[in-house]
Amino acid sequence: MRTRFQQGLDDLRARLLRMGGLAEQAVDRACQAYIDRDLARCHMVLEGEFQINVAEREIDELAFDLLALQQPIAVDLRFILAVTKINSDLERVGDQAVNIAERAMDLVELPKADLPVDIPRMAAAVSAMVRRALESFIEGKAELAQAVLEMDNVVDRMKDEAFITLVKTMNERPEVTRQALDALLVARNLERVADHATNIAEDVIFWVRGADVRHNVAPEPPVHQASTDTH
Amino acid sequence: MGVGIKVDKLNAWFGKTQALYDITMEAPANHATAVIGPSGCGKSTFVRCLNRMHETVPDARATGRVRIGELDVYNGTAAVQIRRRIGMVFQKPNPFPTMSIYDNVAAGLKLNGFHDRSRLDEIVERSLKLSALWDEVKDSLRKKSGASLSGGQQQRLCIARALAVEPQVLLMDEPCSALDPISTGKIEELIFQLKEKFTIVIVTHNMQQASRVAEFTGFFLLGKLIELDKTEKIFTTPSDKRTEDYITGRFG
Amino acid sequence: MPETVTASSDFAAAPISLWRRGMNSFATLAAAAAVVLVLLPLGAVFGYLVYKGIGSINWAFLTQTPKPVGEAGGGMANAIAGSAWILLIASTMGVPIGIGAGIYLAEYGRNRFGDLIRFTADVLNGVPSIVVGIVAYGIVVLSQGHFSALAGGVALAIMMIPTIARTTEEMLLLVPNTVREAAYGLGVSRWRTTLSITLRTATSGVITGVMLAFARVAGETAPLLFTAFGNQYWNWKMNQPTAALSLQIFTYAISPFDEWHRQAWAGALILIVLIVFAVSAVRLVAGHGMLKGAN
Repeated sequence: MRTRFQQGLDDLRARLLRMGGLAEQAVDRACQAYIDRDLARCHMVLEGEFQINVAEREIDELAFDLLALQQPIAVDLRFILAVTKINSDLERVGDQAVNIAERAMDLVELPKADLPVDIPRMAAAVSAMVRRALESFIEGKAELAQAVLEMDNVVDRMKDEAFITLVKTMNERPEVTRQALDALLVARNLERVADHATNIAEDVIFWVRGADVRHNVAPEPPVHQASTDTH
Repeated sequence: MGVGIKVDKLNAWFGKTQALYDITMEAPANHATAVIGPSGCGKSTFVRCLNRMHETVPDARATGRVRIGELDVYNGTAAVQIRRRIGMVFQKPNPFPTMSIYDNVAAGLKLNGFHDRSRLDEIVERSLKLSALWDEVKDSLRKKSGASLSGGQQQRLCIARALAVEPQVLLMDEPCSALDPISTGKIEELIFQLKEKFTIVIVTHNMQQASRVAEFTGFFLLGKLIELDKTEKIFTTPSDKRTEDYITGRFG
Repeated sequence: MPETVTASSDFAAAPISLWRRGMNSFATLAAAAAVVLVLLPLGAVFGYLVYKGIGSINWAFLTQTPKPVGEAGGGMANAIAGSAWILLIASTMGVPIGIGAGIYLAEYGRNRFGDLIRFTADVLNGVPSIVVGIVAYGIVVLSQGHFSALAGGVALAIMMIPTIARTTEEMLLLVPNTVREAAYGLGVSRWRTTLSITLRTATSGVITGVMLAFARVAGETAPLLFTAFGNQYWNWKMNQPTAALSLQIFTYAISPFDEWHRQAWAGALILIVLIVFAVSAVRLVAGHGMLKGAN
């Protein structure tokens, strides 16, 4: 077998998983920082951003080399393409974590406000999506990825509800406008993270099944049998 | 214009050893179909069965049906007649060493009884132009022997020779495996242009070549046709695990 | 560092390389000596013939028939012509049959029957020439009732055939199968391929084989003893005894006459010259038709 190539693929996989871990951790930390009004945690998220960016560059470089030097096709090619896309999505997740941390930093300086929005619940849901998307990549299981796609609807609804209630709150209690605005932005950031998790799941399905399920187009029928004799 | 090839339950034997098992497939007209597979999988045997060349080996036989357009290859017509309608290019360029370039190209016609001098000149020129060799040899058609050309030129000469008899189908058995990358590139370019007029079946062990020149690809393994589909499908999402294992280099 | 390495490697290397160089020179010399040894007899024969025979070669020798015993002068013109005539008859029979047999053996005879033919040909090759002569005597002379050029031709043809057949076969087998395949791929029938392509590719080698056989039988004497028999006069008929150069040389050489001895030397020289000439001429003519780059 092509050992160097296989090693390259394994390396790529390991790096992506590590980056996934970093991104997942960043989101969890940022959300926790927001909920607990923890400035120290915010700084950790901001510092961790650098590592995520470096990892993104390294993964892209490795993928590029493998494509150029090993001429992968079929499943190997799909895998590498999926990795580059997931790579990009994970970096954006890191960016969103930073955004959340910045909102948290802003909120710490404001008096605590009681807002009718359940950020913790939303954060938990989004975190679960990211985790499951990464799991589906580790296991190479399209069914797990499919589940992530379904969870996106739930998060979208949560975000829409949050918007409505927070706008209402800003109208009724103008003194907490800034806190409400921060909460709104965090909800939006979380919804974006969920979108990225969905993208990751779609890329996994592309890799595993060779089916392009993006943009809510139904997955293609199982690849048809060629016009050959039975075997 | 080319015609399609239809193969139905083709089986082939060398003596007691069976080399092909129930091959059924189609190669559409005016397209190139690549045949890939590991060594000994039967891809060369298969292509040679299409123009009954395998019969030149003693003790070889085949059953089944092969239709090239309207022509039924195994039923009714003599093998020699069949081969005049089908062009073949071999792995190692094999121009006739004692003949000039002109005579090489005209060989298929002259040896089969066609001697009209003026028409021959025209046919030779046309064939050499089709195989992109005309400009390089037009001044030494009768002076240079076929064997004095470079490897890539020799192979183009063999292609011209095959095309001179105006076949509808061109069979190529690893035509570039003995050539350098530049010559290979020229011939691949040629195949692209020839598709407009001919139907091509090309055996290749180089998968990148199959993906470059052929619209359809068939994967053979141990004498069986495992999968035949559009090339981009075979090379991005093949249906059969064996196909995938082969093309990704996990065996063979 | 360098000193120790150089010193030890010099010491280790020097004797070996000297010995190897010595062996190399020795082998080269031995090969050259072998060549000289081979050429020496050839040169000696030629030289001696020239020495002994050149004096007797004159226009009369080349144009006149032998004079009766005791008379001086005369020539071997009829013998020269007779040899040519007999060789022509022999070639007409031997070359086509030999080449035909060679084609059969190469293209269709890769089986037990072919092996049998090959074996027979090799045996025939080894049959003493006098025996071939006697066989030809039995077959042709006895049934016709007289000696003849035809009988001589038959005897020589029998000797030519095995050589021509075997070399033709070998030359045809040297033609790579890819060339035949190219012809088959064009829809050329098997026999046509064999004649127009395979044989044509092997032409040069086949001609060499024919020339080899020709040169061999051109100087044969024993087969002609009881077949052509010899003749003092001109003869262009197939059914009459015919003079031959080798026969004439033999007859003269064993005679007690000095005059005839002298003429025998001249005849031997002429014989060698004519053979060399014939072979070279054919080579030249055959090579002329070759194209640039073809072998």
